[in-house]
Amino acid sequence: MATGLQATSPLSESSTLALGEINKYDFRTDSPAVFKASKGLSAEIVSQISEMKKEPAWMRDFRLKSLDIFNAKPMPHWGGDIAIDFQNIYYYLKPADHQGKTWDDVPSEIKKTFERLGIPEAERKYLSGVKAQFESEVVYGSLQEDLVKKGVIFTDTDTAVREYPDLVRDYFATIIPPADNKFAALNSAVWSGGSFIYVPKGVKIEFPLQAYFRINAENMGQFERTLIIVDEGAQVHYVEGCTAPMYSTESLHSAVVEIVVKKHARCRYTTIQNWANNIYNLVTKRAVAREGAVMEWIDGNLGSRLTMKYPSVYMVEPGARGEILSIAFSSAGQHQDAGAKLVHAAPNTSGRIVSKSISKNGGRSSYRGLVRVEPGARKSRSSVVCEALILDDISRSDTYPYIEIEEQDVTIGHEASVSKIGEEQLFYLKSRGLSEAEASTMIVSGFIEPLVKELPMEYAVEMNRLIELQMEGSVG
Amino acid sequence: MEKLVISGLHVAVGGLEILKGVDIEIGRGEIHALMGPNGSGKSTLGYAIMGHPSYEVTAGTIELVDADGTRHNVLEMEADQRARAGIFLAFQRPMSIPGVRLADFLRHAVTNVRNPDRKEGHELLPMREFRSELKAKMSELEMDSDFARRYVNDGFSGGEMKRAEILQLAMLRPRFAVLDETDSGLDADAVRLASQSIAKIGGSDMGVMGILIITHHEQLLEHNIPHRTHVMLGGRIVESGGPELANELHKRGYERIRTAYPEAAADEQAMTAPAHGSLATAT
Repeated sequence: MATGLQATSPLSESSTLALGEINKYDFRTDSPAVFKASKGLSAEIVSQISEMKKEPAWMRDFRLKSLDIFNAKPMPHWGGDIAIDFQNIYYYLKPADHQGKTWDDVPSEIKKTFERLGIPEAERKYLSGVKAQFESEVVYGSLQEDLVKKGVIFTDTDTAVREYPDLVRDYFATIIPPADNKFAALNSAVWSGGSFIYVPKGVKIEFPLQAYFRINAENMGQFERTLIIVDEGAQVHYVEGCTAPMYSTESLHSAVVEIVVKKHARCRYTTIQNWANNIYNLVTKRAVAREGAVMEWIDGNLGSRLTMKYPSVYMVEPGARGEILSIAFSSAGQHQDAGAKLVHAAPNTSGRIVSKSISKNGGRSSYRGLVRVEPGARKSRSSVVCEALILDDISRSDTYPYIEIEEQDVTIGHEASVSKIGEEQLFYLKSRGLSEAEASTMIVSGFIEPLVKELPMEYAVEMNRLIELQMEGSVG
Repeated sequence: MEKLVISGLHVAVGGLEILKGVDIEIGRGEIHALMGPNGSGKSTLGYAIMGHPSYEVTAGTIELVDADGTRHNVLEMEADQRARAGIFLAFQRPMSIPGVRLADFLRHAVTNVRNPDRKEGHELLPMREFRSELKAKMSELEMDSDFARRYVNDGFSGGEMKRAEILQLAMLRPRFAVLDETDSGLDADAVRLASQSIAKIGGSDMGVMGILIITHHEQLLEHNIPHRTHVMLGGRIVESGGPELANELHKRGYERIRTAYPEAAADEQAMTAPAHGSLATAT
């Protein structure tokens, strides 16, 4: 992977830290909705969403059943404090009456939003395809012509339900059923948008496909639903970015992501989540890896008020591999309850979890992870490494590692460490002319470098820039 | 002449006084050797000059004097400001910064030191320019250019750490440098190379420096003949002389010094006594 000095430089090249740009993501777009469901959650609202989307009956019934499950299920008893008033949220907001095939087709205010976020530029430079979701709907989509010809499907999930009903029905909610957890049930009831990807046998997509999720309105709930099927021997890298402006009240982002990686296929899913600090980010992500398949989650969590997210890989056939690399950064008022789950359900499967967290200004980061080895998953190997860096005395880090092993012939390793930025390290860097803030940022960038170097260069640069923004004002 | 002037310096660590009145004046272009038994306070002087927050100056002054006689109070400066003012410390035990490449770290350091007024986030030295300078310096110091891509001191051998310190010295080109046992842990060949490198860097071709060399050995001084040699004992400089003094101490040790300065020798005993002993004295 191309990681020259440029990509890994802990501090940015240019003056992106100038005051006006600190809140690059905190701007609101004045865009009248085409349709906005009334506030609150009810069977009527759920039916209305289904009707707006002209869905088949099976999907409407699925939604209504999921709503019942949501209502019946208690709140999760782990993780963080969830203080959401479910009746004070807009569950569906349609920003445009159709999806653009070119950026000129997109309503100009929304187009400007994505331009400010750099999406069209990234698309021109290094992406194979893009989906841009604004509130509840995907407003723009593209896929390179040669990939279309090879049979690759990259569309929004609503369109997929209409255009590829059989493919969708084969997999939809099979990996994460509505009853999996309360928020999976909520998503199943009110889902809208998200990406649907099918990569045919043997097709290897060279450049990433990217989706960008933007919440703009206050009290908005965004519930995208993503389904990725990577057929035998195929390969794809999917990247998602998420941002929202800051409001005084909470918004909710609750996605479900299901992935099937078939025999000897590879899928990498990269997330750089930079939600505003008033967003509850409660997401269920799970992949099934078949024989000899490789699934990798790279999960960067910087924003949100509370994130609860534990990307999982179920290795269900021999030789499958699951890898989860996660970075969590929590600052004042933030709780990142992030982690990973590896389930070894077949022999000779291997997994690795590397989790790094940084807490500052009273932020709280938790690692919550599970490695499970099912009976018969002989010669399985897994390793878990958790490292936490705490920048001051008021911040907090916790580790909740769970390991369940029901097979003798396995190799499982676990290492965890918590450290503080040392006075001696700071002094060493300061003695070379670095200010205290630069020195701290450099130490933090170095701490996450082993994960950042896994990112394509453009995202590595972005990640480092986000870390710098997070570090702003952290040292008095 | 530009000077680094230290007068009546008292320094305490954790409430315990280590330096008990140190006077030393280093002109730019001069080499001073600082010798003395372990625990006499040599490294403490280095840290105090660089501004380590745990080393509290309880009395005395450290000043930088410009060629026109303007005096700058170093004690008012944070460590990074001291670096930008042209002071450098080569650490006896440099810290490792995992994940940060030596080249990236140096580019920030060099940018700041050469542009003392630079604010965070402002432009760094152009990559190309910096790289070619770094490459040239590394080849002069007979260092493999791969070295710059490694993480700062992370997994370095003792010798590599010292070489990295010398590289930083060469790139930062300070006005005054303290080299704290830059020869410790090195074999004879490595010490010779270090000695040559320091002479090359400190010499006129790369910008003249005033250097304070803290050492137990004379090999490091082979190519860096000291203008002055100072002997520290019990937290003060008890004797100063020319290069012949370094030679004598190296050959004969510190017994003559201890006998000649019984008061400092008594302080040395108190400072190196077991911790509970010194605590008892303190309370």
